[in-house]
Amino acid sequence: MRFKITGALLFAFLTSALAQHDPLRPAVPFDQEPKTAPLVNAENNDRKRVRSYAMQPPTIPHKTDNYQVDKNANKCMTCHARTRAGETQATPISISHYQDRDGNYLADVSPRRYFCDQCHVVQMQTDPTVKNRFQDVDTLIKKQTKK
Amino acid sequence: MRNLLRRYWRTLTTPSKFYSLGFLTIGGFIGGVLFWGGFNTAMEFTNTEQFCVACHEMRDNVYQEIQPTIHFTNRSGVRAICSDCHVPHNWTFKMARKMQASKEVWGWLFGTIDTREEFLAKRKELAGREWERLKANDSLECRNCHEFQSMDFTRQSKRGAEAHSKQLSSGDKTCIDCHKGIAHRLPEMAGQQ
Repeated sequence: MRFKITGALLFAFLTSALAQHDPLRPAVPFDQEPKTAPLVNAENNDRKRVRSYAMQPPTIPHKTDNYQVDKNANKCMTCHARTRAGETQATPISISHYQDRDGNYLADVSPRRYFCDQCHVVQMQTDPTVKNRFQDVDTLIKKQTKK
Repeated sequence: MRNLLRRYWRTLTTPSKFYSLGFLTIGGFIGGVLFWGGFNTAMEFTNTEQFCVACHEMRDNVYQEIQPTIHFTNRSGVRAICSDCHVPHNWTFKMARKMQASKEVWGWLFGTIDTREEFLAKRKELAGREWERLKANDSLECRNCHEFQSMDFTRQSKRGAEAHSKQLSSGDKTCIDCHKGIAHRLPEMAGQQ
């Protein structure tokens, strides 16, 4: 019985490996090194992008190389803090970022929202490795009404 | 005491008995050149990166931190070494800074910063000193390379051009006001800026 299970597992593993189980890994045998795509610079044109859905954390329209965000300092907040936004004309962080998990508003950015790049990311001009089939709600509604 | 001084004064003011005028002038000239050259070479040696990172305080802390930044590695391979930013290039100010640096020799001798923890505890004070220095001299060491007259705003990002053409050109702000932590990690910044 045990042999059967291990055999089945082994078979499943081998077939999945052959069928390129991991879409991020190119179809290269495991004992060989796949060729990686060249690195690309982040877009840096300061043009706000459209959000794909209402709650999407907006993407960063500038490069953030070597921005320090840790216990000591938060480079993003030098421009995006509520107090700095007037001077820098950067988008101030949303009021939701001042709320703790119980919905209380704090005086400064909430610790759970402190690490900006957990949600906000830069964008690069590349061919996506995985195709995106996401449709936003407006497109879906439009499709429904057309029917 | 007075007699002793008088004796030396007389020796200095009486003409030489044994050495010719030629020997004294040419010899003095060559000696001067050797002394000055030696002095300057020794001082320039203390300006090299090799000298700075010979101490573990620098090698294990700040030297590690500059390596991923644009002042150490970048597309064109032009880079700044320690003294480019931390020592004035102008001779008089350089001498003044080198004299101040004797305090750092003291710190090295007595192991003020022997561990990573000691460095982190002192970081705010050390960084604050450099910020103050750059603020006072209008970011002179930045401007040794980054010349405002040669900045092409059209080649900068929108945000950069905005800040440089307004706040920097009017003299409201100097480089270090916005570019703290450009080459090393920042200390605890609560209450800063």
